[in-house]
Amino acid sequence: MSRTLQAPVTVAFDYTRSTGPVIGRFFSGLRDGVVIGGRTSAGEVVVPPLEFDPVTHEPTTDFVEVSSVGTVTSWTWVPEPVKAQPFDRPFAFALVTLDGATAPLLHALDVTSPEDVSTGMRVRVRWAAERTGAITDIACFEPLAPGEASTGSTNEASSQVVEPVETPVTGVVVPVSLDYDYAASPEESLFYRGLNEGKIMGQRCPTCQKVYVPPRSACPADGTPTEEEVELSQTGTITTFCIVNVPFLGQKITPPYVSAYVLLDGADIAVLHLILGVPAEEVRMGMRVKAVWKPKEEWTFSLENIDHFAPTGDPDADFDTYKHHL
Amino acid sequence: MRDVAVVGFAQRQMPEFDGSPTCVELLVPLFKECYEQTGWTRKDVGFWCSGSSDYLAGRSFSFVQAVDAIGVIPPVNESHVEMDLAWAMYEAWIKIQTGEVDTALVYAFGKSSAGVLRRTLALQLEPYTMTPLWPDTVSLAGLQARAGIDAGLWDERAMAEVANRSLTDAEKNEYAIRKGGSSVEELLARPMYADPLRKHDCSPVTDGAAAIVLAAGDRAREVRDRPAWITGVSHHVDPMGMGVRDLTRSPSAQRSGAALDLGGVEVAELHAPFSHQELILRRELGLADDVAINPSGGALTSNPMFSGGGIRVGEAAKKVWSGDADKVLAHATSGPALQQNLVCTLAASTEGNNN
Repeated sequence: MSRTLQAPVTVAFDYTRSTGPVIGRFFSGLRDGVVIGGRTSAGEVVVPPLEFDPVTHEPTTDFVEVSSVGTVTSWTWVPEPVKAQPFDRPFAFALVTLDGATAPLLHALDVTSPEDVSTGMRVRVRWAAERTGAITDIACFEPLAPGEASTGSTNEASSQVVEPVETPVTGVVVPVSLDYDYAASPEESLFYRGLNEGKIMGQRCPTCQKVYVPPRSACPADGTPTEEEVELSQTGTITTFCIVNVPFLGQKITPPYVSAYVLLDGADIAVLHLILGVPAEEVRMGMRVKAVWKPKEEWTFSLENIDHFAPTGDPDADFDTYKHHL
Repeated sequence: MRDVAVVGFAQRQMPEFDGSPTCVELLVPLFKECYEQTGWTRKDVGFWCSGSSDYLAGRSFSFVQAVDAIGVIPPVNESHVEMDLAWAMYEAWIKIQTGEVDTALVYAFGKSSAGVLRRTLALQLEPYTMTPLWPDTVSLAGLQARAGIDAGLWDERAMAEVANRSLTDAEKNEYAIRKGGSSVEELLARPMYADPLRKHDCSPVTDGAAAIVLAAGDRAREVRDRPAWITGVSHHVDPMGMGVRDLTRSPSAQRSGAALDLGGVEVAELHAPFSHQELILRRELGLADDVAINPSGGALTSNPMFSGGGIRVGEAAKKVWSGDADKVLAHATSGPALQQNLVCTLAASTEGNNN
C-alpha cells in the first residue's frame, strides 16, 4: 500500500480579459492580418506594443504597421512540448524582429529539427486559418522559401502609421488548464481509506487532546502533529445548520435542503454534511443524528459514501455538550 | 536602522515529495529545527511570513492550510507572499525595522512535481501575448543562453564549467538532489536537450521547503555568537516582455548589487537555475575571481520552487555562523530569465551596515 492516496486533478479556468486600447489595437491588427507595433518616445517600434512608454510613462498612442517578415534574433529547441503549446511535436521558440520593428516578438517557429534554425534566418508569419483577435492568430513563424530568403531586412523603424479600426478587439478569453497528480496527506489518506471501509477516522492531538476529523497533519491550535488514530462514532449532534433555498452552478441536490455541521461523538471539530429524513423546518441545533451510508458496493475513497445524516429520534443534546464547538 | 541578523535556517529538498502539496508535513520538522537552533518556542516568534503559490499546489488557499504547522492559539502575526522565501524574508526585515516586532520566522514551500513545473510557470508571464503560447521555463532560458552565445559573452564550455563545479560542490550538500561532477569534456559530450541547453544546464525539478529565523540586536546575540547580520538588502524588477530587454543582461540584479557595499565579500550564493545565469549574475554583481561561488552546489543542483532563493540566504548565513567567512552575499531570483532579483549581504559585524 502506498503511503498516501493520489489522484489526477485538472484545474481549469477561462480568464476573460479586457484588452484596453493598446493590446486591443495589436489584436485588432492580427485579426485583420497585419502586425502592428507601438512607437516609443525614443523612436523604437515595439511588437507587441507597450501599454506605456518606458521613458515618459505616457500611454502608447502612436501605432505603426510592420512587415510580417522578419529575422530570428534568438531561438531555442523544444524537444518535449508541453500541453497547449503551438505544436505538439518538437519545434523551436524564436525571438523574431519583424522588418520595421526594432524589438523582437516571441513565437513558435515551424521547423522539424534544430539543424533547420539559425540566428539571422529570415522567417514570415503563418496566419491561423481563423483569426479572432488573439496572439494565436499568428499560428507560428515559418522559414522563407529558398530564393525568398534574399529579401533584404530593414533595420529602420516603420513609419507606416495606422488609423483606428471601426470594430476594435476589446477582450480576449485565455483558457488555462493545469493537470496535477494530487496527493492527500498521510492523515487525509487515513480518513479516506477509512471511509472506503465504512469507518470515520480522526486523530487526537497529543498536546491539547482534541480530536480532529478529518485528521490534519498538525493540530492548528498548537502545531503538534496528530498521530493517535481514533475511530469515531457515527452518531453526533447538529451544532449549526442552514437551509439551502438558492440554486447554484454544480448543485447536486434540489433545494430546499439542509446543510449542517455534525459534531460526531468524541470529535472536537464538526463535519459538514446533508441532513435528510426530517422536514427542513424541524432541523434544530442539538438534534441527534446518525450517518446513513450508501450501499457498500458504491463505496469509494470519499465522504460521499455517507449519503446523509438522519435523526436518531433520541432527545436533543444539552447546549453545554457542544457550546465550545460553535 | 535596526541591526537584524539571520539566526536560524532549516531546509528539506527532494526530487518527489510523496505527500500533500500543503507541505504541513515538511514544515512541522523545519520549525522544530528552528526552535532547537534558537532555544525559542513559537511564542517567541513576533512575525511569520510564508511564500508559496496555489498554482503549484493545484488547490486553493494552500498557504492557509500551511499555517496549521505553526499552531495559532493564541493567534499569531502572520503574512504571505506569492514569492520566494527571500522576499518573505524581506517583508519580515521591514516588519522588524518598523519596531513592531523583534523576531520573525519566515518559511516557504512548494511541491513542484505535482504538475508540469516548466508549464505551470507560464502563468507568471504576460497573460495576453505570452501565456497563450505556453512558453515553458526551459525554452525562455534557452533563448537567453543563445543570445549570450551569439553575442560572444559566454559559450557552451563556460556553461559546462559552471555545471561541473556545481555538481562537484553538491557532493558535500546532503540536500542537493543532483550531484557528482565529472569533467567539462564529459559534460560537453552529453547530448543537447533544449538546444543550446543540456540537461545539466537546467536545475532539476525539486520539491521542498525552507525556513529562516530573523532577530534584531540583542535577541540575535542571545541566539548565536556570530549572528549573520543583514548589512544590506535590495531588490529590483525588469520588464516582463522578452523582447524589450537585453536578455544577456540583468539590469535589476545590477541595480540591486550597486545599492550595496559588495567589497570584501568572500562567498556568494547565487540563485541561478540555469548555468548561463550564474555567468550573467557574476558580471552584473561585479564579483571578483576570488569570491567562492555557490559552495553549496547552488540552485543548479537543487531548486525547490519558492524556497530556492531563500536557501541561498540560509547557506550564506551558515558561512558566517561557522566562522568560515566574515562577509557573504546571497541572491534570489524570480520570474522568467532573471527578471526579478534580490541581493543581500550578510556579515559577522554590523559595521558598514548600508541599509
